[in-house]
Amino acid sequence: MASRKAFASAIAGAAVAALLLTSCSGAPTDDGGSGLDGEVKGEVNFITWRTDLIQDGTFDKYAEEFTAKYPDASVKFEGITDYEGEMRTRLSTTNFGDVLGIPNSVLPDQLADFFEPLGQTADLAADYRFLAPKSFEGVQYGIALGGNANGVLYNKDVYEQAGVTEFPKTEEEWLAAAAKIKATGSIPLYTNYKDGWPLSQWSGNLGAVTGDPDAVNKIAEEDSPWTEGGELYVIDSLIYETVAAGLTEDDPLTTNWEQSKVDLATGKIATMVLGSWAISQMQAAASDNGIDPGVVGYAALPSTASDGKQYAIVGGDYNLGINKHSEVKAAAKAWIDFLIEDSGFTDTQGMVSPLLSKDLPDNLAGFADAGVELLELNAAPAGKEALFNNIADTAQIDIWGQIYRQKLVDIARGAADGDKDSYFAELNQRWADARGQVS
Amino acid sequence: MKVLTPYLFIAAAVALLLLLTYLPAANMVWYSLTDWDGLDLEKQFVWFDNYVEVFTNPQIFGVFAVSLYYFVASFAQMAIALYFAALLSYRTRFSNLFRGILFFPYLINGVAIGFVFLYVFQPGGTLDTVLGAIGFSDTPQWLGDPAVANFSLAGTSVWRYTGLNFVLFLGAIQSIPGELYEAAEIDGANRWQQFWALTFPGIRRIIGLSFILAIAGSLSVFEIPFIMTGGANGTSTFVIQTLQTAFNFRQVGLASAMAVVLLVIVLLVTWIQRRVFPDEKVDLT
Repeated sequence: MASRKAFASAIAGAAVAALLLTSCSGAPTDDGGSGLDGEVKGEVNFITWRTDLIQDGTFDKYAEEFTAKYPDASVKFEGITDYEGEMRTRLSTTNFGDVLGIPNSVLPDQLADFFEPLGQTADLAADYRFLAPKSFEGVQYGIALGGNANGVLYNKDVYEQAGVTEFPKTEEEWLAAAAKIKATGSIPLYTNYKDGWPLSQWSGNLGAVTGDPDAVNKIAEEDSPWTEGGELYVIDSLIYETVAAGLTEDDPLTTNWEQSKVDLATGKIATMVLGSWAISQMQAAASDNGIDPGVVGYAALPSTASDGKQYAIVGGDYNLGINKHSEVKAAAKAWIDFLIEDSGFTDTQGMVSPLLSKDLPDNLAGFADAGVELLELNAAPAGKEALFNNIADTAQIDIWGQIYRQKLVDIARGAADGDKDSYFAELNQRWADARGQVS
Repeated sequence: MKVLTPYLFIAAAVALLLLLTYLPAANMVWYSLTDWDGLDLEKQFVWFDNYVEVFTNPQIFGVFAVSLYYFVASFAQMAIALYFAALLSYRTRFSNLFRGILFFPYLINGVAIGFVFLYVFQPGGTLDTVLGAIGFSDTPQWLGDPAVANFSLAGTSVWRYTGLNFVLFLGAIQSIPGELYEAAEIDGANRWQQFWALTFPGIRRIIGLSFILAIAGSLSVFEIPFIMTGGANGTSTFVIQTLQTAFNFRQVGLASAMAVVLLVIVLLVTWIQRRVFPDEKVDLT
């Protein structure tokens, strides 16, 4: 399950210290619950969404190296499978670890309620990528453990067999290529509708359509974002048209994420839209089935911006933050730094390092070859950090979830009333109403 | 001290009940009057805005239509359970085995049942294979076809809960004194007459109870559709929608109001039912 760590997001913080106090005896320590500069000692409780890395011992290895570096400090791990769901509840207590991935449900204006400031965003910007999402009023609360690009995973062999030499760059080319692939017996696009969260991955491409780093912020200022040429229109239209043309799985209600990895590797499925974090999992599935992992390709969303270029969005995954109530903040900060700088985590996971000084991972080489430009989204303007999410919640349109897209797929396959125009009009209406209520 | 003893015995139970049931419920009522998003440290009091929203937003109440499938299915469920309970209350060969088989599905965890039936309903899955073997090859997509999906889910629910009804009915039937049946037999009543004149009136109360459970249950269906479809494809129920409102759309206040409304509806339905079908004393003699 942990391997499906799905959402693109960000950092986080730290926390609790329930059990142990560093020093009852000796001289009073000056870090008394605040500040990150104290002595690095004590046990850090790290709450993580990567249960797979706890099970396979990767984290234990890191912990040993960490203790070797800081003899007075140690780390223990707590893996949570339903990370978002469980952490949301735990945040209402003070007991949510020392270091943790900042749950996506925490909006920027709530960060200070739960997490220790890590410094001024402007200062950190010299060294780190992906700072924007977990920054509020110029203060940084989390640093991404790693980052991902967003795009389309595809099976190179299937494309070759279908006679498609170049990965499609527009919706038309995409539909034409998909039709050819269908003729070879593969499923041109797998939606993973039943598992749901893979449908949310399409939203990772917001911004890639127009190549505008402010794309998401602009949507929050629009009354009808589902208008032709708009980011949401292009992305959702791509889903709609592909499903409507019968180029997806027959029965979307019985899709299976674990099986889909094998099916992509073996060519039963031609493409899936997922973040680049999924590449290594698909490659592993290929190796496990005796197939060359090189078969897994990664391309930008089939859409080209008006300047004739293709863009792909890179963004941070979960951000690591420190619990405001932690008793071992200095050690917690040391652990975050260790994970990001010394552990080699992003290399082994094929993720983009949050450190500007490190190169992009090999698995994104396909992007460079195809001339795709990588783009990082800008932060929301001051005072509007939570605006986008508040509008989406009020409108009950889960841009970062799957519910409204499942409905879109249902309409496209004729299982629900309406058509593309009527549904987009309804979404626009709900969005506009919600904007009226929120702002 | 003697006076206190009985209270001490129930104190622990009452304390747990208050702590784990009534306190959270009271909390929920309080949340339903706020605009809490589940995380904010401060909760803003908004009076009855959430309730107004529940009753004015057609998206929220529309899903109750889905409950009708489960409600209708619960009649099938009671009929099946009653049939087998009547049959197996007689001394039949292997009757204990059959009783066990019928009750077994109720013992399985609902989540496991959801997963099992996902496989059953897959295209080319268990159900299609079985139907294919007896000559039906043109089967629908059991979960993918919106016209069929709710029937599939309601069918799963019947499979799961028939065992419970069955045991309730069987227990009630067995509490009817055996001499009555002997007397009926001597008078020449056949099995069918025995059922209508003795068994059915003897268990009317328990049928009435099952009926209340069926209505409350079909209004608050949750795990089977949640696990099997996640509420997609027109199978969303009120509870699923409440959950989505609270956690997907971060409107805990509104979701609490929805939960309170559901509670009130269930209480209301039960009360009406008790008024319409009063609890009659059963007298078989």
